[in-house]
Amino acid sequence: MKMLKGGYMGNKNKMETRNLNLYYKGFQALINVSLPIKENTVTALIGPSGCGKSTFLRTLNRMNDVIDGTRIEGEVLLDNDSIYDVGVDPVVLRKKVGMVFQRPNPFPMSIYDNIAYGPRIHGHKKKDTLNEIVENSLRAAALWDEVKDRLHKSALGLSGGQQQRLVIARVLAVDPQVILMDEPASALDPISTAKLEDLIHQLKSNYTIVIVTHNMQQAARVSDFTGFFLNGEMIEYDVTNTIFTAPRIKRTEDYITGRFG
Amino acid sequence: MVRESFQEQLSKLRNDILQMGNLVENAIDMAAVALVNQDLELAEKVVMEDDNIDRLQMAIESMCLSLLALQQPMARDLRFISTALKINTDLERMGDYARNISKIVLKIGSEPLIKPLVDLPRMAELAQQMVRENLTAFVKQDRDLALQAAMHDREINKLYKNTFTELAELMARDASTIKQSIYLLFIARYLERIGDHATNLSEWIIYMITGERLELGDMSSVVR
Repeated sequence: MKMLKGGYMGNKNKMETRNLNLYYKGFQALINVSLPIKENTVTALIGPSGCGKSTFLRTLNRMNDVIDGTRIEGEVLLDNDSIYDVGVDPVVLRKKVGMVFQRPNPFPMSIYDNIAYGPRIHGHKKKDTLNEIVENSLRAAALWDEVKDRLHKSALGLSGGQQQRLVIARVLAVDPQVILMDEPASALDPISTAKLEDLIHQLKSNYTIVIVTHNMQQAARVSDFTGFFLNGEMIEYDVTNTIFTAPRIKRTEDYITGRFG
Repeated sequence: MVRESFQEQLSKLRNDILQMGNLVENAIDMAAVALVNQDLELAEKVVMEDDNIDRLQMAIESMCLSLLALQQPMARDLRFISTALKINTDLERMGDYARNISKIVLKIGSEPLIKPLVDLPRMAELAQQMVRENLTAFVKQDRDLALQAAMHDREINKLYKNTFTELAELMARDASTIKQSIYLLFIARYLERIGDHATNLSEWIIYMITGERLELGDMSSVVR
């Protein structure tokens, strides 16, 4: 078959899972998931509620570790090194692999302090350095122009869309390599969503992004690769264009055309 | 079943395309019969009825555009709607060629024919067959049949070349045949173009079925 392929097939795998199984007490939430995450691309994970896509996302920076009764088999690699090796400090890992959640969760402090929070924890004390990090992060998150005159006001006064970009800026402030986004636009209006999608597009030249979304049009718009999850399995993974125009597997087709269930 | 109203709209679109195909197939048939029998009334009918084809084309086009805008179709639905949009245009053009042929019949239908017509009706027959097979392939999701339909275009092209040579020789021999020969040559050309548009139908219907984009004008590239 002659198909248009995306131009990112040759990018190296920034992350990769191999035969990943995740058990939560008696329940197997992920079944043999093997997925590459190409560097400087956006990978979207789609699938119905409870299919395991968010659980999968959380394995990528060990967020499931904090849940009692969770057990993992298989490998999760970052730059070819296992992130579950005994020597890996989850705090350091989460600095490299940052996460943005469904609801923006700014800390109840000023905009400035929200961004400076992470760098301070990681040992940056000098005011000039912090100023620079705050400005660069807010610029990279396309928020600087909107907040530069009120950096020391509370972050809780920002709109939902601004708060979500603030949270992204906070992630960027600790200089991550991979950004995980779990339904980042589901609480945003269409204009804030459009801004966020533009931002995702800009960020991928410097970062690798994995996004979980229920909105298939959004997955189609922002991602280079798409993985479809169902009942804990990854059913199909391909270039986004292929998934949304001519998927190979009927279950994928049924889901994205709304014939499911 | 989910998204029922969407499914209903898709099935209405499918029926409209079939109706469009039937109208066009009939128009080609009637144009060919009018030509051979020098039936001016029938030729007139084809010209008049082309308006119906044009109206249906507009309706199908609007429907496809609304479905794209309002339903944001994906995968096979997207391929189906884009195919409908594309073959709708091809069918309409084929209808125009049938009308053009009929207009020529109106011009030359009252004078004796300069030669018995064999190749032209055969070309029209093949063109109708291409439309018919493609519509069946469209409904039955039959890739092989769509490919088979495209194969007839080779024969149409061969007949076109024959007709060209034959009429060129006739004109060289007898200058009094020039005017009608040129008209007949136009008809041959229109039928040849209909064959090309019918080949486009095959290409899009195959895309609809499997997602492959084939260039059937060049049959050597086709995996059977």
